[in-house]
Amino acid sequence: MDAIFLSRLQFAVATLFHFIFVPLTLGLSILVAIMETQYVRTGNEEYKKMAKFWGHLFLINFAVGVVTGITLEFQFGTNWAGYSKYVGDVFGSLLAIEATVAFFLESTFIAIWFFGWDRLSAKAHAACIWLVAIASNLSAYWIIAANAWMQHPVGYEIRNGRAELTDFLAVVTQPYAITNYLHTVVAGFVVAGFFVMGISAYHLVRKNQIQFFTKSFKMAVTFALIFSVAVVGLGDLNGKEMARLQPEKTAAAEALWETTKGADFIMFAIPDEKNERNLVEFIRIPKFMSKLVMGDWDAEMRGLKSWPLEDRPPVAMVYWSFRIMVGIGFLLILLSAYGWLKRNNLQSSPSYLKVMTLAIPLPYIAGLLGWIVTEVGRQPWIVYHVLRTSEAHSPIVASQVGISLVAFIVLYSLLGFAAIFLMARHAKRGPVAH
Amino acid sequence: MLETIWFMLWGLIWAIYFMLDGFDFGLGTLMPFISESDNDRRVIYNSMGPVWDGNEVWLITAGGVTFAAFPTTYAVMFSTLYTPLLLILFALIIRGVSFEFRGKIDNPAWKKLWDTCLFLGSFLPALLFGVAFANIFQGIPFDKDGIFQGSLITLLNPYGIAGGVFFVVTFLTHGAIWLCIKSEGKLHARAARAAAGLWILWLITAVGFLAFSYVATPLYKNYFNNPVLFIVPLIAVVGLLATRFFIGSQAYWKAWFASSVTIVAAVLFGVIGLFPNLYPSSIDPALNLTAFNSSSSPLTLKIMLGVALVMVPIVIAYQSYAYHLFRGKVNAAMLASEESY
Ligand code: HDD
Ligand code: HEM
Ligand code: HEM
Repeated sequence: MDAIFLSRLQFAVATLFHFIFVPLTLGLSILVAIMETQYVRTGNEEYKKMAKFWGHLFLINFAVGVVTGITLEFQFGTNWAGYSKYVGDVFGSLLAIEATVAFFLESTFIAIWFFGWDRLSAKAHAACIWLVAIASNLSAYWIIAANAWMQHPVGYEIRNGRAELTDFLAVVTQPYAITNYLHTVVAGFVVAGFFVMGISAYHLVRKNQIQFFTKSFKMAVTFALIFSVAVVGLGDLNGKEMARLQPEKTAAAEALWETTKGADFIMFAIPDEKNERNLVEFIRIPKFMSKLVMGDWDAEMRGLKSWPLEDRPPVAMVYWSFRIMVGIGFLLILLSAYGWLKRNNLQSSPSYLKVMTLAIPLPYIAGLLGWIVTEVGRQPWIVYHVLRTSEAHSPIVASQVGISLVAFIVLYSLLGFAAIFLMARHAKRGPVAH
Repeated sequence: MLETIWFMLWGLIWAIYFMLDGFDFGLGTLMPFISESDNDRRVIYNSMGPVWDGNEVWLITAGGVTFAAFPTTYAVMFSTLYTPLLLILFALIIRGVSFEFRGKIDNPAWKKLWDTCLFLGSFLPALLFGVAFANIFQGIPFDKDGIFQGSLITLLNPYGIAGGVFFVVTFLTHGAIWLCIKSEGKLHARAARAAAGLWILWLITAVGFLAFSYVATPLYKNYFNNPVLFIVPLIAVVGLLATRFFIGSQAYWKAWFASSVTIVAAVLFGVIGLFPNLYPSSIDPALNLTAFNSSSSPLTLKIMLGVALVMVPIVIAYQSYAYHLFRGKVNAAMLASEESY
């Protein structure tokens, strides 16, 4: 195994692990802020109890999100020195702005929120959690804009042997950044909705604190329904941008080998990369793929074979990740819609409630797979059509990366176990004991 | 000009980082030696609780600014310092979660585990940052391809170790003073004695490190060329003496401000001595990465300067507000409430 492969694996482990905690931060901060706002408006102590109970879970999650983010900030330098030198002029500023604009805000005000219940007026205290929610969702914009630039580089020129910034606004406002951002943060809202629903359902089945958890469930189910519809709609938008700007990623995501006019949509296929074909294909809807991603029944779509082998992304991984994400997307709409219809009579559907507890991981999985589509589908480029991943590496040796990779895996596994254990413990206890 | 401004800002952000997270590191390192009960340890955790995360973001900013303003330095510095940097990051991970995790389960073994993590996660970064910066002052053995010609052992040369010890002692003193501000009763008495004792050690290591720097590094060259710059180390010396004076008169906030000024001035002393180098090579001076040959384009530097000039004062304003809000002692009432670590 060479150093580049190990570094890719390490980057994937570190970012995917970070993104286990990120989406809940994005969504739950908003839900807790809504709960506390309700408390300020109505004076109902139940809402305060909600804000505190869900807020405690938020804090455990937040802590792990923070510490895993720090390693990422430095990984571009440690493992991707070639990349950092080549694109730092454009890319570095987005990361630096993220820290100064958003991270200071969230880390300072989350502490004031946690320690400040008795020191601030109710309104000022609620404002703190809103600041955290806004800052977290703002931080996501900068990092996604940075990532979008790697997917679709704009506003730069190759000068002095590197990419130099020529148009900052173009970088920050390009459509790819906006669609990816919306899809990602809204995915985070869905994660939070299912998280709150799943834990509430756990208690409702056991008839614990019925009033408290019914209230929580109802708030979350509305939130989850709205945003799971939105995440699918935005996903569609994302797919159209992707087809326009990264046709090889779309071809991989759809396992389309031949360039076709009016391409059919195939529900399921088993791609066979060696022989450049699909082994089997199920359920074919004529011309529907062209309509879906290009907006025209007869539009031409490029197939994978039209790119030389060394320019194609891995197909099976992108294909399966994409299929499962999309499948989960529709499932989430069904689950939240059913819950919304039943929201005034939840006790009558214990099996639904049990399913909802088991459904907590689904939106997480969809989000992680989404990133795999985005990142693996970009290969073999680290910056699309500008810099290859193979040219981006640091001059470090494989053994060095191998050791650090093992250290990452061991440390993160322990961290993950501890965090999940603590969250599950707190969640099971419910709101009375803290 | 832009490059020079960014060089100074880069140094200033590192200086603020060490001034703020420095007392966290010091206190985490001091904890096993100064605490006698679980209650003492909770006072220590909660004395840092409301501010440590905000302090740490200065490190993230220092990393981001290095990337944005000096991408080549970012690339070469962090890939050549691969192992020590990852050790620092892992240490910061276990430190960060120990705050949140420790109090969640009331079991002595669980608490002991996270206390150990807090100690290691504070001591290791303090030591390794010192070792790293001392080695940078001296020059790092990297070649024209940015390949590091050495190992972790290379960095542990006498001057590197001296830098590490100086950092640790500095932060220990700074942390002990913070604990004087935050604690009451017996713990306070112990903290006051520790602060006074550590100060003497601080004085000795500071003098030793300054003298060693004269022998082992070219840091003083800029000062002899421009003697007015000696004002910066002079401020550090005055701050150091003032710290002792205020510890003696039990004015601990003032002592903390004085040690803060000392730390900022001491870091700036090193940074100014380094100028224009950010990351010198000990193999060939022609390979030195400087503020001029490793910087971003003027457009990026200008945009970043705009962002920094607007945002940094705002950040300082609300962080000061947070420090002000939690200025009081960590008392029994705070520990009894559920909003504490
Ligand atoms: C979609 C959103 C998103 C994505 C794709 C990433 N992050 Fe992140 N990050 C956040 C959203 C976020 C957040 C919501 O703002 C976090 C998560 C939990 C938290 O505390 O803040 C955070 C925390 C966080 C921190 C700690 C901040 C602090 O101390 O408060 C750092 C340094 C990073 N991230 C850096 C990165 C880097 C370098 C990434 C790319 C590889 C990255 N993040 C991907
Ligand atoms: C948190 C969300 C993210 C996840 C889950 C994620 C996931 C991944 C994965 C799985 C890989 C490995 C791909 C492969 O080697 O085949 C990868 C690579 C990479 N990603 Fe991401 N990524 C995320 C966000 C980002 C962001 C925001 C950036 C940049 C701002 C980024 C930059 C990179 C880089 C530099 C590599 C290494 C080179 C490569 O293998 O392509 N990633 N990421
Ligand atoms: C029918 C449903 C969905 C469609 C059509 C869809 C579409 C897409 C597409 C095309 C991408 C790749 C974007 C690119 O590389 O340019 C993507 C990425 C992603 N998806 Fe989905 N998605 C759907 C459902 C979901 C769900 C349910 C979640 C999570 C709850 C999710 C989370 C993500 C994330 C986090 C990414 C990576 C970030 C990004 O590139 O936007 N998606 N999605």
